[in-house]
Amino acid sequence: MQKTFIVIAAYNEERSISDVVHGLKKEGYHGRNIIVVDDGSNDNTFKEAQKAGATVLKHAINRGQGAALRTGMDYSLKHKAEIIVHFDADGQHNPKEVKDIIQPIINKEADVALGSRFLSKKSDVPLIKRIVLKMGVVFTFIFSGIWLTDTHNGFRAFSRKAAENIEITQDKMEHASEIIDLIKLKNIKYREIPVTIKYTKHSMEKGQSPLNSIRIAARLIWTKFLR
Amino acid sequence: MISILQIIVTLFIVFALSRAIFRFRDKQINLLELVFWCLLWIAAGVVLFIPQATNPIARLLNVGRGIDVPVYLSIVLLFYLVFRLYVKLDSINQNITKIVREVAIKKKK
Repeated sequence: MQKTFIVIAAYNEERSISDVVHGLKKEGYHGRNIIVVDDGSNDNTFKEAQKAGATVLKHAINRGQGAALRTGMDYSLKHKAEIIVHFDADGQHNPKEVKDIIQPIINKEADVALGSRFLSKKSDVPLIKRIVLKMGVVFTFIFSGIWLTDTHNGFRAFSRKAAENIEITQDKMEHASEIIDLIKLKNIKYREIPVTIKYTKHSMEKGQSPLNSIRIAARLIWTKFLR
Repeated sequence: MISILQIIVTLFIVFALSRAIFRFRDKQINLLELVFWCLLWIAAGVVLFIPQATNPIARLLNVGRGIDVPVYLSIVLLFYLVFRLYVKLDSINQNITKIVREVAIKKKK
C-alpha cells in the first residue's frame, strides 16, 4: 500500500475534529499519517486533535484554509507521502470514501482525484447551495477551462508528483479554484469521484455563505490579472 | 493677501517635507524618493501661491483651467499609489503565511 497522508485544515472545530480523526483511524489510517493543521483556532481544536491521536501542526495565527492545507501538504511531502488527501474537519466527508478517492491514483489513472457530490445520488444538497455550486461550475469553466460537475468540494487526493506541482498560494477559500486552475495550466491528469457530503447543522454553520462566493470570485479575478 | 486655506496648506506642506527629510535621515527612503517627495510638495506650494503658474501646462494639455491639471494628476497618482499598496499588502500577507507555516512545521519536528 502506498503511503497515504490525510491533511485536515481545522479552524475552531473542537466539536467535530475528534470524531473525524477517530473515523479515519477506524478505516485503518495511522495517526502519524493524519495531519491536522490547527489554523490558529481560539478553541480547543489543538488539544482535541492531539487527544484523538492525530499529528497536529499549529499555525500561530489564522491564515485561512488554503494556507493550512499547504502547510499540511508541505509536512506530508517532507515525510515522504506518496498520496495526499484533503479532508474536511467539520465531519461532512465520509472516512469510508478515502479509499475510493485514492483509487485512481493507486491505479495510476490520474494524478488528482476530485470529489464530486453531484455524481453521487446520496448527497442531499440544499437548493440554495446547489444553485451556488452550479454557478461555481460555470465560473470555474470560464476561469480555468475545465468543466466539472462540482466545485469547491474539499475532498481531493493528489499523487506525490501532483502535490509537488500544485503550489497553493491562495490563503483563503480561493485555493479550491486555484487548484483546478493549476490542474489545467500544468496539464495534470484528473478524475472526478462521486462522494457523499453530509449536511449537518454544524457543517452548514461552518460552510461558505452564498454571499461569500461573490467575494471569492472577485478576489480570484483580481489575482489572475494583477499578481 | 494670504488666505486661511493657504496658511493651513503651507503648514501641512512644511510638515510633509519635514517627514520626508526625517525619513531620509533614518534611511527609510533613498535619495531619489526624497527628491521626488520634495519636488512634489514644493510644486504643491508653488501652485498654492501662484495658481496661474499652471496655465501654460493647461494650455499645453488642453484642459480648461490651470488648477485642474494638478487635480487630475493627483487623482491619477492616488489611484496608482492605492494599487501599489494593494500589491504590497498582498505580498506581505503571503510572507506572513510563509513564516507561520515554517514555524508550524519546525515546531513539530
